[in-house]
Amino acid sequence: MPVSSSPPPILDSSLCRLLFLGSRDSSTMRKCLWLWGLLFIALGFAWSITAERNPRTERISGSAGDVLEDDPVGRLKVYVYELPSKYNKKILQKDPRCLSHMFAAEIFMHRFLLSSPVRTLNPEEADWFYTPIYATCDLTPTGLPLPFKSPRMVRSAIQLISSSWPYWNRTEGADHFFVVPHDFGACFHYQEEKAIERGILPILRRATLVQTFGQRNHVCLNEGSITIPPYAPPQKMQARQIPPDTPRSIFVYFRGLFYDVNNDPEETSLTPLMSGSGARAAVWENFKSNPLFDISTEHPTTYYEDMQRAIFCLCPLGWAPWSPRLVEAVVFGCIPVIIADDIVLPFADAIPWEEIGVFVAEEDVPKLDKILTSIPPHVILRKQRLLANPSMKRAMLFPQPTLPGDAFHQILNGLARKLPHPKSVYLKPGEKILNWTAGPITDLKPW
Amino acid sequence: MKLSALHQSYINRRTNSFRSSGPLDSSSDSAIKSPAAIFWLVFHALCCLISLLLGYRFSRLVFFFLFSTSSTNFYTSPFRSTAELVKTLDVHSVLSNNPVANLDLPLLNKTVTNSRVVVGRHGIRIRPWPHPDPVEVMKAHRIIEIVQKEQRSQFGIKNPRTVIVVTPTYVRTFQALHLTGVMHSLMLVPYDLVWIVVEAGGVSNETASLIAKSGLKTIHVGFNQRMPNSWEERHKLESKMRLRALRIIREKKLDGIVMFADDSNMHSMELFDEIQNVKWFGAVSVGILTHSVNTDEMADRKKDEEENPRMPVQGPACNASNMLAGWHTFNTLPFAGKSAVYIDDRATVLPRKLEWSGFVLNSRLLWKDSSDKPKWIKDIDMLNGDIESPLGLVNDPSVVEPLGNCGRQVLLWWLRVEARADSKFPPKWIIDPPLEITVPSKRTPWPDAPPELPANEKPAMGMQDPIVKHSTKRTSRSKHRSKRKHEPKTDTQVSTRHSEQS
Repeated sequence: MPVSSSPPPILDSSLCRLLFLGSRDSSTMRKCLWLWGLLFIALGFAWSITAERNPRTERISGSAGDVLEDDPVGRLKVYVYELPSKYNKKILQKDPRCLSHMFAAEIFMHRFLLSSPVRTLNPEEADWFYTPIYATCDLTPTGLPLPFKSPRMVRSAIQLISSSWPYWNRTEGADHFFVVPHDFGACFHYQEEKAIERGILPILRRATLVQTFGQRNHVCLNEGSITIPPYAPPQKMQARQIPPDTPRSIFVYFRGLFYDVNNDPEETSLTPLMSGSGARAAVWENFKSNPLFDISTEHPTTYYEDMQRAIFCLCPLGWAPWSPRLVEAVVFGCIPVIIADDIVLPFADAIPWEEIGVFVAEEDVPKLDKILTSIPPHVILRKQRLLANPSMKRAMLFPQPTLPGDAFHQILNGLARKLPHPKSVYLKPGEKILNWTAGPITDLKPW
Repeated sequence: MKLSALHQSYINRRTNSFRSSGPLDSSSDSAIKSPAAIFWLVFHALCCLISLLLGYRFSRLVFFFLFSTSSTNFYTSPFRSTAELVKTLDVHSVLSNNPVANLDLPLLNKTVTNSRVVVGRHGIRIRPWPHPDPVEVMKAHRIIEIVQKEQRSQFGIKNPRTVIVVTPTYVRTFQALHLTGVMHSLMLVPYDLVWIVVEAGGVSNETASLIAKSGLKTIHVGFNQRMPNSWEERHKLESKMRLRALRIIREKKLDGIVMFADDSNMHSMELFDEIQNVKWFGAVSVGILTHSVNTDEMADRKKDEEENPRMPVQGPACNASNMLAGWHTFNTLPFAGKSAVYIDDRATVLPRKLEWSGFVLNSRLLWKDSSDKPKWIKDIDMLNGDIESPLGLVNDPSVVEPLGNCGRQVLLWWLRVEARADSKFPPKWIIDPPLEITVPSKRTPWPDAPPELPANEKPAMGMQDPIVKHSTKRTSRSKHRSKRKHEPKTDTQVSTRHSEQS
């Protein structure tokens, strides 16, 4: 660069003087020029890097997208009660199958919290209290959890913590949270009518429930509950990835039961699955002969691979409105078609399900093909791009060891968003709100 | 959840029966004592009798009507009724909040008279014609195409190059068979394509009409020699024809990737994706399918394979560091002396040492004055004589790039099947004028007779003459057509043919 002793006339303006940091000396001007040049180059790099990331995945802009990547560390403190191992470890030892079924979130949440930076050993400074009870680990020989003893187990645990620590009585559980991933959450039953009859366990009515069940205007969903996805084994799903350039050739995919084929001797006809709706049966009856709909009751070994080759994956409600299909669809990039009226989907305040999935009313099932083909292609491509976002997939999984942005962190984020606790939850001394003797008599038996 | 539902229902039934027996025990004591309970028992028995006659659970419906309230809360009313029903010894069921509709819906939706179908909030809604709607199917296919195109653009080859396909062919019986196969493969290729078809014996209408159906960009060139009848000669002529095509590429300065698709080969779609990766000169593995005709040879061959397994693959061979180390060729020793010499021999047809179809090259290698051409490529015009395989075009065979995971993927298959030299076929495989010969359907398993080639004069012709006469008689008695149950199709066939002609 030629060095001139006197500054050229263009630099006489005040703006240029500002640019060169008030100096008129040629050597410092040169340095300033280099500095500005470097700054522009750096900005250019940063812009190009972010621009390159866009075509394949899309970040949800706005509050929802940012919330997914929030870090809960520093925003809340959780105290984990030390319960005797008969509530957790011994149950797991009796039946290690609990680690791999879809209700395993309660066990992994406990393990995560024990080694997480949000854990505090000083209960005085804790914002939330966690009680590690594995209530969904009483399995039948075929692997289904029986919820009949769970209310008693929870009652006995709460009796223990309320007598050994003062924090339960302080708020009657309003700053405590429990993980209840069973079919209907804290109603502790797998049949809907029975669950509704029981309602949420009376002593848990003030606590925050972290559950998989979510349906609006339903007895078993408390205001302020955190809905989580069911547990799906992350390693198994990672292992079954197929190359992303495999063309998606299946239009709609579904595997599961449509009718409830039971062995009641009186029943001669098939009853549609789900005591509350015939949505699955309607799907079968309307689309069983449609080549675009790959639906069947078979359980193929290539289930995960098939999902990666499908564009839409049906998630109709069955016994309960939620199902692990939603998690599998999100992880494998298949657009979920949710056929469940009034369902509350996991992390609904962090994940914009409307933009990712397709919602179909149960009564519109006969028109499902028309609904799906009338979605404009650019919308479908956008949904696929949103699903391809790795933070979305991670938010649905419970990986071990934990990763930033996974479901554990989303739960903590949800708990952090409920802070600070309103002053009204703190009870005055001697005040009692919960009725400890409410509920069926069988529940009051000691465990 | 999918598997658990079935088991859950199983447990439901089991546990329910256990639990319902609990309250039963407590209620049965009181039942015996009070006359009201006895009355209910008798009433229940009466309802059972009625339902036996009528065929559905009359008793349950009566109890439902008696005990349910008319509230529209669709959660509480069915479940209250089930609570009552459990007490009255019935196994539970859930009915919708609209009892009248409930009676109608099961009868409508299920043809079975048993109306115990459990319907939910909406019943099972089935549209009037539950079959695929062709408009929607087409729309869905368009969506699938768009999604796949997007996938290709994201994960597939960036900047795909035009594929230039060179096919030598000549008119013969199996030409339509082979060429249609290649044509359909090429029509599926998602990249731009130019198809150069070189035909021995000059340009013919047969070939032209075949390739016109493809809708691809084609260059149809004739070669002024007729295809000889021996395999040796045929291979030599085909090499010449391919060189002719390469000269065309050079003249027209076509830009892309040149691949050789012989008309009897079978190509996989992955081949076309893989060849996009070639820089200058690449080789792929070709699977050799030699068909053996003699079954006596089977025992010998089995022993042979145990001792020395033949690898029926031709292509590049790589060493451990994925560099080209040599070539796999087809072991022709077991076939020595037993291979086909003439095109219509029944013996095995053997491939050349290295087939042309296993090589792909960048068309810029052929251009006359291309500045970035590598030094090792020979100029086509400077070739003295013919080359047996494209390796003759390179000075240094080690520059060849092995494609398809270093030759481990077999992306195309070589097969040579030809019909007898004296076999005849209708020109363009269209039977014109239509046949007059029909065979009565009573004796044949098919309702329509297979059309016979007019050229093949079979001794059965003698038998067919009376049938011809018979058929002409039939048309005059067209009124009686409807009465013949077994031969309406042949009747209409004959009549239309006659009407066409007249």
